[in-house]
Amino acid sequence: MRSGGRDSRSVGPVAGRAPLHQPDSSPKVLVLGLGNILLRDEGVGVHAVNTLARSHRLPEGVAVLDGGTSGMDLLDAVASCERLIVCDAIRSDEPPGSAFCIDGDEIAAFFATRISPHQIGLSEVLANLELLGERPEHITLVGIVPADLSLGTELSAAGRRGLARGVDLILAKIGDPAAATGEAVAGRCA
Amino acid sequence: MARITIDPITRIEGHLRIDCEVADGKVTDAWSSGQMWRGIETILQGRDPRDAWIFTQRICGVCTTVHAIVSVRAVENALDLEVPLNAQYIRNLIIAAHAVHDHIVHFYQLAALDWVDIVSALEADPAEAAKLGASLSDYPRNGIPELRAVQDKLKSFVGSGQLGVFASGYWGHPAMKLPPHVNLLAAAHYLQALEYQRTANKIVTILGSKTPHIQNLAVGGVSNAINLESQSTLTLERLFAIKTMIGELSEFVNGAMIPDVAAVGALYADWTTYGAGVTNYLSVPDLPVDTRGVVCELPGGYIPGGDVGAFQAISGQRDDFFRDGVKEAVKHSWYEYEGGDGALHPWEGQTNPHYTDFEDDGKYSWIKAPTFYDQRAQVGPLANVLAMFASGHEPTKRHLERLLAIAGSVHGSPIPLTGLHSTIGRIAARAVRCAVLLDSLTNQWQLLIDNIARGDFDTFNPPTFPKGEVRGFGVHEAPRGVLSHWVVVENGKIRNYQAVVPSTWNAGPRADDDAPGPYEASLIDNPVADPELPLEVLRTVHSFDPCIACAIHMVDPEARPIVEVKAL
Repeated sequence: MRSGGRDSRSVGPVAGRAPLHQPDSSPKVLVLGLGNILLRDEGVGVHAVNTLARSHRLPEGVAVLDGGTSGMDLLDAVASCERLIVCDAIRSDEPPGSAFCIDGDEIAAFFATRISPHQIGLSEVLANLELLGERPEHITLVGIVPADLSLGTELSAAGRRGLARGVDLILAKIGDPAAATGEAVAGRCA
Repeated sequence: MARITIDPITRIEGHLRIDCEVADGKVTDAWSSGQMWRGIETILQGRDPRDAWIFTQRICGVCTTVHAIVSVRAVENALDLEVPLNAQYIRNLIIAAHAVHDHIVHFYQLAALDWVDIVSALEADPAEAAKLGASLSDYPRNGIPELRAVQDKLKSFVGSGQLGVFASGYWGHPAMKLPPHVNLLAAAHYLQALEYQRTANKIVTILGSKTPHIQNLAVGGVSNAINLESQSTLTLERLFAIKTMIGELSEFVNGAMIPDVAAVGALYADWTTYGAGVTNYLSVPDLPVDTRGVVCELPGGYIPGGDVGAFQAISGQRDDFFRDGVKEAVKHSWYEYEGGDGALHPWEGQTNPHYTDFEDDGKYSWIKAPTFYDQRAQVGPLANVLAMFASGHEPTKRHLERLLAIAGSVHGSPIPLTGLHSTIGRIAARAVRCAVLLDSLTNQWQLLIDNIARGDFDTFNPPTFPKGEVRGFGVHEAPRGVLSHWVVVENGKIRNYQAVVPSTWNAGPRADDDAPGPYEASLIDNPVADPELPLEVLRTVHSFDPCIACAIHMVDPEARPIVEVKAL
């Protein structure tokens, strides 16, 4: 994705002008936590990536970002990675505290169909990056099923279990060479 | 009579529902309803006031920075704590850069698709679009090759069926009236805007250490260390990088955004007669240039009944006139107040949920209805630009007059100042404010450099909390308008905390007098060509830049389309 020069894949700078956004030493993998930490398990994705950053030594080229509930603010960070791993609370029929991945074709359908008030602007961000030719080539969603979305800053017991499972899934994804080359099998991985 | 329900109506930040009754092709009544309970203030009770900003910037995903800034201001106000000049300037640079980012994204990525038909741009002659661009400004990125490249990109995008971000657009709608070459010029700037909003965000990142969620604030100042030599602090190199970015942004906003908004507004001149709504306008002064927040670079105040001549200035960010005028009503909101439901001042504010069904004549929204001296008021860039214009602020006058001159030349006859009381007027004012903020960025940058050059490196005054009770309020003229936080501190802990946010002012339901709020009033008499595709309703609501709830954002793997329009 980042192999082509910027000029070849965007309408970007006219001849003779310096590009506005020079590719810098960008991470290859961005682990993006989303959620609202004021609504207990709603924020489990943010807590998961913060735990990951605190408790694990991450390989070179892996960056972690607490994205909160932001939208377009994330465009720059997402644009500059090759692989995006999004960790977020997810509505599901699975029991609270479970965690699973969505990969491959499913992810494309997931983000293509909706302009959603949920996962606030991330689908917007990805759609705009598509237009700029800067959408990360590989996107994985690590979803954690919440139990308690009431006001508060503490996770529920199920939320804490989901967090631990989510962190394991992210670690597996980071270390997964198949995912890195885009050959990951679509579907649930846990 | 048809009833239209649009739920939710915001493109990005969720959970606003609008109901309209339509008869004879016009809106006859409207209800604006927040569909999510915000009770986040209650999380703050009992906490250390120095930490409040860390929580408040999580209230909203779009407005993180503004809730952080206004929170530290509220606590500083309670303590009567002065803030070092460097801290004010650094905060001002962050505020202004954030607002520039927000205004650019609003026009191009959110509002423009209500007016610009992307598919029509495929039919355009790039030479004609380039000629129009050259007639409007000397912006260097309107050349034929660049416009042709944009058109080719759109063709391949639309041709492959990937409408993506444009999928929610209303192309081909009878209310879409721009000729193809205007649509192409706007589409090109849509793409360029994606780059420039990143530039604005970079300024926030450099000064705030991180986006989203800046890290550099503190009650009493900022945590940025200023050392022009050290790489880990605010260096000359970083400061000059910011200056370059301000220049790039100015070129885009003055060269593309102002002319685009003027031209689109002129070609939809009928929309200067719809959408006025509540014309009491409220804004607050911002960008303080003293240590107490009394002297501000940008003026604010109250304009009753749309009469610029009746402007009443609010003098600084501690003015009693503002402090004593604000109340919140809940007669039509899903809350109840202990001791009677009469409107309450935010220091006495309560957040007790009381849900009923959606009742047209009763309670129907999670949003409260704020009032200013018992009157409803519209807030936002239009309110702010009118106030700055009324107080003779030179940059505002210059940018506003330029925008009106371009609009007049495209329209073929002058567009009067009163045309601003409208749907298009809100969008025009946002562009003017964006240009004003870029002048302010340059100015605040220079103030910071000059102050550092005088040998002042102070960025922080430590707070101390007295025994007993203190009360404070903080104000900020945020991208969507007046934002105020109100805090009551007792023995160093928060006892009450209320946030009165811009979209509460504008999107609130009827108040105690049962009169419609700004969104609701602005919709009445809007034309609606096709109740199944109520583009006109979206135009007016989007012109306010709605940002509600700011809370839940669970994902749904069923991938159901969540934007739903019901015409009943």
